[in-house]
Amino acid sequence: MKKKSAPGAVTSPLIRKPIQRRFALFLLPTFLCFCAGFLWPFIQGIYLSVHSFTTTSNATWVGFVNYTKAFNDAGFRQAFGYTALVAVVSLVLINVLAFAVAYALTRGIKGSNLFRGVFFVPNLIGGIVLGYIWKTIIDSALPVSMSIQANYGFWGLIVVMCWQQVGYMMIIYIAGLQAVPEDMLEAARIDGANGWRTLWHITLPNVMPSITICTFLSLTNGFKLYDQNLVLTNGAPVRRGIGQTEMLALNIAKTFSTANQRGVAQAKAVLFFLLVTAISLIQLSATRSKEVQQ
Amino acid sequence: MKKLFALMLALAMVLTMVSLASAEETGKVYYLNFKPEADQAWQALAAQYTQQTGVEVKVLTAASGTYKQTLTSELDKGAAAPTLFQIGNAEGVVTWKDYTLPLDGTELLAEMTTEDFNLKNADGATVAAGYCYEAYGIITNKALLAKAGYSVADIKDFASLKAVADDIHARAAELGFDAFTSAGLDGSSSWRFSGHLTNMPLFYEFRDDGITEQPATVKGSYLDAYKNIWDLYITDSAADVKKLSGYTGADAEKDFYDGKAVFFQNGTWEYESLIGYGMNPDDLAMLPIYCGVEGEENAALCAGTENCWAVNAKASEADQKATLDFLKWVVTSDEGTQMMAKEFGPIPFKAAKASTNVFFNDSTALLSEGKYVVTWAFNFTPDSDNWRAGIVSALEQYSAGAADWGEIEYAFVEGWATCYANTH
Repeated sequence: MKKKSAPGAVTSPLIRKPIQRRFALFLLPTFLCFCAGFLWPFIQGIYLSVHSFTTTSNATWVGFVNYTKAFNDAGFRQAFGYTALVAVVSLVLINVLAFAVAYALTRGIKGSNLFRGVFFVPNLIGGIVLGYIWKTIIDSALPVSMSIQANYGFWGLIVVMCWQQVGYMMIIYIAGLQAVPEDMLEAARIDGANGWRTLWHITLPNVMPSITICTFLSLTNGFKLYDQNLVLTNGAPVRRGIGQTEMLALNIAKTFSTANQRGVAQAKAVLFFLLVTAISLIQLSATRSKEVQQ
Repeated sequence: MKKLFALMLALAMVLTMVSLASAEETGKVYYLNFKPEADQAWQALAAQYTQQTGVEVKVLTAASGTYKQTLTSELDKGAAAPTLFQIGNAEGVVTWKDYTLPLDGTELLAEMTTEDFNLKNADGATVAAGYCYEAYGIITNKALLAKAGYSVADIKDFASLKAVADDIHARAAELGFDAFTSAGLDGSSSWRFSGHLTNMPLFYEFRDDGITEQPATVKGSYLDAYKNIWDLYITDSAADVKKLSGYTGADAEKDFYDGKAVFFQNGTWEYESLIGYGMNPDDLAMLPIYCGVEGEENAALCAGTENCWAVNAKASEADQKATLDFLKWVVTSDEGTQMMAKEFGPIPFKAAKASTNVFFNDSTALLSEGKYVVTWAFNFTPDSDNWRAGIVSALEQYSAGAADWGEIEYAFVEGWATCYANTH
């Protein structure tokens, strides 16, 4: 950063120096919030995951029993598989659809600004409200409720996720598509590349940064999903004691509300954190390596 | 900046100490109430008590459906934690075992007319006092029943209930009303069947086996009876059996007060709302839930409670004493008993005032005929949220024809064992 110091006024040492000296004033409030809202609960969460507790101030050490119990919980394992399936299917669908819509809306068709707005709006509605609306719509259209047929529940969830997230990802893709250098596209045209080849060899490599962000967002959204899962099916149908459409976050929340299971829920939450972190790091490094430097 | 911050911190610390010190001498009461509908009455009563005795009584009411969470976070507050809270059932006793003060020998217990509604811990100590009770059964619209050519006297057991209901259902189009309100499996309604209706098979099984405390397993020996009554509910009703999760508690209530159905399974707590919707008290009655068990013509209503006071064992002695004194005043003073009668109906205390609730009077009448109380056996349910969720899902699948009755048997029997193992 230092080497690139631009001639702009804000980067002038005369202004920067006094601001830098007061860095605490700018950073501390946010840092304190970060500590109170994230860091401290996180550390306490790890601490509690090796304890048995009802209230946090009255915890007794039990070692790694909670983790063993979490691994031995068939419902948790089922939730893991189901969550992975939802995350992967939604990742693919959301990104393909979002890219397709973004691509169509950067072709200069009439009213594309209106369409962009329309596609983006669902993202402004909260998950619970949106879930209830969709539950009513889907359940009235199906022969039986989603909470009876796990298949319906699965696809219902995917539809809701796509509807909500496609617009958001679309905005990111549009920004990416608009940044594709015009001279490259022109060169491709002159060289006689057809639409598909241009898309594949020029456009896609150039929007890789957008793809990185979007896949990251949709993958983590998929794994962390809770609201819509809670509202649409709440894990039902239950077959042989196991919620067929229960995702990890819901499973953890339900475990927490069970007597004497709060430590186990906490252990599950720690495992959940590790999992989501690992997956997103792998995904980031995988897509980053395909980005081209302009 | 730093100085100001330090000053404020110091000030805050000093203030906390001051407030602690002043409260330490006389003791104070902090009641975490779980019934939002009774909030105003409690606040007013607390203010009266403070005025009379000078003892500080704080009442906090958890928002509807958030009592568990609120209790968890409030009890975490050390000296500022509630001194008085509620426990509903055996599961609550397990969860809050470190926080419940044994109440044996207190003046509060001495004022009680029955111990039936109290909760005991594993050591046999009474840790929660059932301060009111509720009864449920099949709320009946006598006016509609008469229009169909019957009276409550015609319904004496499951066979007669089924005969009447089947006949009304068959003539629904002509009569303009059906037999039962919707058996909704939405969360606002499903507890009527996963909690209250499952009490029937649980009660009879526990009675046969002589079970008086939470068992690790159940057999489901009376599940046939449960099937009888559930089948009746969903068959003799206008609700779509394939979409039961779409019907809410309010839907069933509306069916009933709009005169679209004769029977509505619910409890004494519904009385005020039904009157509020303009129903005539003379048209209302509550019948026992008949489900085809031998000797059930001698059954009264299902009576029990999920309302039990527990005193925080971790509160200071002064606060515990202040709390017990407050409770004694609530159940003995004029102001207290009046408020309790109005909000909670007949309370099991010597100084209780009479109630105007028709359903309670039905309950008392049945008992005075010498019929047996169907107690709330479901209070033994381990991990009740999850056990009930299993039942609800099984009922939903079964009703829609997506699963057979075996799914319910599994949720009932195996579900119980799993939930018990998880919480012990």
